[in-house]
Amino acid sequence: MMNILRIASRNLMRYRRRTLLTVSLISLGVMSVLIFVSVAGSFRQMMIGQITDAMLGHVQLHRRGYVASTDSLPLNLNIKAAEAKKIASILEKMPQVEAFSTRIKFGAMLSNYTETSNIRLTAVHPKQEQVTLPLLAGRIKGTEIQSLKRGHLLIPEILARGMKIKAGASVVLVATNRDGSVNGKSFRVAGIVEGLSGPGGRDGYLHIDDARELLRIKGAEITEVAIRIKDSTSLSQVVGALKKTFDVKKTAGKKNAAKKTANKQPDAKTSKGEKPGKLEVHSWRQLSPFSTIAKMIDLLTLFVQIMLVSIVLISVMNVMIMAVYERIREIGSIAAMGVRPRTILRLFLVEGLLLGSVGTIVGIVVSFLTVFALSASGFTFSFGRQQGLLLNPTMEPSTVAIVALGVMVVSALASLQPAIKASRMDPIEALRHV
Amino acid sequence: MSVVSARELTKIYDTEGVPVPALSDASFDIESGSFAAFVGPSGSGKSTLLNLVGCLDRPTKGQLTVVGEDVTGLGRDDGARFRGQHIGFIFQDFNLIPVLSAFENVEYPLLMLRDWSAKRRRARVEELLKAVELESFADKRPSQLSGGQKQRVAIARALVTGAKLVLADEPTANLDRETALRVIRLMKKMRDDLGTTFIFSTHDPKVMDAAELIFTLEDGKLKEDGGAA
Repeated sequence: MMNILRIASRNLMRYRRRTLLTVSLISLGVMSVLIFVSVAGSFRQMMIGQITDAMLGHVQLHRRGYVASTDSLPLNLNIKAAEAKKIASILEKMPQVEAFSTRIKFGAMLSNYTETSNIRLTAVHPKQEQVTLPLLAGRIKGTEIQSLKRGHLLIPEILARGMKIKAGASVVLVATNRDGSVNGKSFRVAGIVEGLSGPGGRDGYLHIDDARELLRIKGAEITEVAIRIKDSTSLSQVVGALKKTFDVKKTAGKKNAAKKTANKQPDAKTSKGEKPGKLEVHSWRQLSPFSTIAKMIDLLTLFVQIMLVSIVLISVMNVMIMAVYERIREIGSIAAMGVRPRTILRLFLVEGLLLGSVGTIVGIVVSFLTVFALSASGFTFSFGRQQGLLLNPTMEPSTVAIVALGVMVVSALASLQPAIKASRMDPIEALRHV
Repeated sequence: MSVVSARELTKIYDTEGVPVPALSDASFDIESGSFAAFVGPSGSGKSTLLNLVGCLDRPTKGQLTVVGEDVTGLGRDDGARFRGQHIGFIFQDFNLIPVLSAFENVEYPLLMLRDWSAKRRRARVEELLKAVELESFADKRPSQLSGGQKQRVAIARALVTGAKLVLADEPTANLDRETALRVIRLMKKMRDDLGTTFIFSTHDPKVMDAAELIFTLEDGKLKEDGGAA
């Protein structure tokens, strides 16, 4: 085998320019995939991290129908106190759940005594919110979320700029409660919250007890529960487990349940013997429009991978077809010398594999250096309203292994047809070839 | 002892459904260590006969024994194995690999057919290059060699694996007469030194004079008086 390898590499070096060109092309393809996957993956992970760790959490629980009408922030779809207490006790016992935060969401009017504007608000238990959304603190200027006290308000940057409100300013919130009556309360602006794309990305924050007072809510009813899970890679399993616990309800009468399901909740997916529960479970993917961008990134990655396969397939196949065509007499000579057909097949396969291997190795090394340089340079970029996002691309060993293996397999496949042709050549015909 | 023994060897090609006889009922024996020639005009069946003896083709009829093995029905793979063990080839157009040096061209069959160490390979190639008086041309590529030198490299390549039988199809056809005679003399010397049987085809009367055993072919038939030099 070492001799075959030696001859194959010597054969490739006969046509240095062609070999160099093919290897460069394969390297370029490998680099495109690895650098794209690293950069896009880093962007994707960073954005997902921002969404899950600074805004939504990994999973949210709402009363059924709330998410569909979330734009109007309906207070009549809040989760009752007893239910909220039950949820909390269940979540505390779930091993997959790291932390959770109960919230009230509502709309209000914000006044700085000269101007008034609409504001969306998320009322939180500051300590719960801090552990559930560890990156939220990074979005707040002027204070920390865990030190948010009663009477304090964090307002979104867009409103602060528009209404020229600075930290320390006095403002008034006026909100309509569930019964339609209006109530107002004075606050001191404790900080400014940086905006993020997606639902809740431009919300103001206040203490949950202030919200209850403003909205005249008695008891511990809430709008939603934001949940942080321990292992974000097991999101689907955790969502499944939470849905089993909260989203469906076992019923005794199968027929009745099915009938009710069809009439009342046509969109709810339940199996026999189950009916939709009072609550809905949504992962961040269902709540954030960024999941569409994430899917697009995945699609683009797939497209770049298909491009790589095409580049390798066409370039290796082209070189190997040329090699067989140019070396017909040589194939005849070596066949006459006694080289067996399977050895000739192996020789051409190894040549194709060598092209793929060298291209892959060069591509991986250059990609690694590029990714390292990008990472070390502290490259920042803007996404929507978010400025100065730090790109931190990394090359996952599993991605490198998959790309390398893919190129090897495609190189072998691309060389197979020319190699079979060479091995099946009649030595007499080949020796007569002009 | 016969190194080649043929009995009623016949080869008929099928050209677009039309049977074209290339060789008819050829029977002959060639002893080990012979320096034999198949002679005859173009299309007389010389190359067909060499291809059959070299297991590159299979006879339509008859029986063929080479180096004591019945090769009549050898398949492609077995034929290749047999050639690798016992037969060397010399071609009219030399068929050297243009990008390899003389040394590398001679070494090539060893790399492909023998699992020898680099040291053993080097010693063997140097031995053969010395034998064909090309040791000082070891690093030259075929394009830097004359026709005669190229054919000497081809002779060394044919002998490097220790073949018992070397088949040469018109080995001097592309050489001038003087060079052709030098090549033939070298082949004979190699036969004398190594005991290898040489069988070649030619239609050059001066070259055929050097053969010790001559088989004349005409229209695919071996002439009755064939065999005497």
